[in-house]
Amino acid sequence: MRWINRRPSPGARLALASLPFAAVLIAYTVGSLSRLAANANDKLLPGLAGFADALNRMAVIPDARTGDILLWADTLASLIRLFSGLGIATAIALVLGMLIGMLPSVRALLSPFVAALSMVPPLALLPILFIAMGLGEVSKIALIVIGVTPVMIRDLAFKASELPREQIIKAETLGGNSWQIALRVMLPQVLPRLITCLRLQLGPAWLFLIAAEAISSDSGLGYRIFLVRRYLAMDVIFPYVVWITLIAVATDWALERLRLAVFPWSAAEGKA
Amino acid sequence: MSQLKIDRVWKEYGDQIVLEDVSITIESRAFVALVGPSGCGKTTFLRMILGQEKPTRGTILLDGAPLPPEPGPDRGVVYQKYSVFPHLTVLGNVLVGKELSAAPITGRLFGAARRAAVEEARAMIADVGLAGSEDKYPAQLSGGMQQRLALAQALLMRPKVLLLDEPFGALDPGIRKEIHQLMKRLWNETPMTVVMVTHDMREAFTLATRVVAFERPRDRPEEKERYGATITRDIEIWPPRRPGTTPA
Repeated sequence: MRWINRRPSPGARLALASLPFAAVLIAYTVGSLSRLAANANDKLLPGLAGFADALNRMAVIPDARTGDILLWADTLASLIRLFSGLGIATAIALVLGMLIGMLPSVRALLSPFVAALSMVPPLALLPILFIAMGLGEVSKIALIVIGVTPVMIRDLAFKASELPREQIIKAETLGGNSWQIALRVMLPQVLPRLITCLRLQLGPAWLFLIAAEAISSDSGLGYRIFLVRRYLAMDVIFPYVVWITLIAVATDWALERLRLAVFPWSAAEGKA
Repeated sequence: MSQLKIDRVWKEYGDQIVLEDVSITIESRAFVALVGPSGCGKTTFLRMILGQEKPTRGTILLDGAPLPPEPGPDRGVVYQKYSVFPHLTVLGNVLVGKELSAAPITGRLFGAARRAAVEEARAMIADVGLAGSEDKYPAQLSGGMQQRLALAQALLMRPKVLLLDEPFGALDPGIRKEIHQLMKRLWNETPMTVVMVTHDMREAFTLATRVVAFERPRDRPEEKERYGATITRDIEIWPPRRPGTTPA
């Protein structure tokens, strides 16, 4: 049988899927054990005991100085920034994307501008944001918004303009005005795409969040990683990275569930 | 009444002349089939009646009044594809016309108005043979059922003119035969004029009261751009078909 026709059974699929994860874990353990054998105080690849100790310090025992449990305080601070940024970006992208995709005059006005804006490297704007908005929460949220909004606007405008012309004409023959067509025909078909688009922007949003936190912050997951870097505290950095990854994967999964639950007709959209 | 009077209509895209000097009067309650080779402008002609495209020259009158320059509820349409909304159920697709006409701000109906509209929509759905499928999404329906749905959706608006753009072209022969019978019955029962574009001669002569052929009289490559298509045949079906009910 040709390789292109061989399909793994469900059990084999699960085994195959866990293989890369297991490989990484094993490689790490082997490396860690060999380094620890050479030097029991090695900080680069700490062993399980090291992680347990660090997790205990970060996630269970309150910090001696502030009285907060650091992991939770950092997570809360980061998630507030992340979701404020994504929320604002989503709202702007939905309104502008629909307008650009639907109304030829708005498209003429804004489409080239948004295209140009989406090419500005957001991190290059970070100093400007810090200077203009200070070092507080606003500039960090603004960075996320600036980073993901133009891409989302373009994606949604594309989706809106991609709707078959026949559907719009059809809605007109059913007596719809522009507003109703936006509300009843375009919006429901753009919303599933908005969720997919949001999923795809989770990665960039985290990138901008951690970049902003690394440079100036007093809490947050990115802040903590860059703070403990000074002490080569890999026992803290590794769990933080895994934790961030888990949050991102869970958000991605939850958004996909949400889309299928709210828009059951859009099952094919997820393949995008 | 729903008489269409097309008077010396031309359609040009830049230098390309698509249709030239088309004049035809379509009587109220007629069922006209437009036939002709691909690219002869019959779909363009249909779109001009629909208001999706504007004639370059000439006028189109519906019951003596010039057509508005955009599509409206007096002219219904069924396309071969994309005629129904994928995000609405069968009931939602038929209901949406009522809702758009009655609720300019929310585009939705509530309470008693909604119940009445639902009842009317359900009757229309049953009439096209889709009873029992009200809660399905179009993707769950076969091609024939989707076109039945598209007909129900368009007819609930009681359009003066129903425009069909190769509506049954993608269906299997057996399914097509069934939907032809439905189409005939709907035309008999509904006070409307029908204009249908089709590739299928048999379909044209099965359904229509009048078959109109579009052709390019000059079709040499060097002439193609400067000479458009026009009506070359206009065949009344004999014996004449009359709509079953008296015209409204």
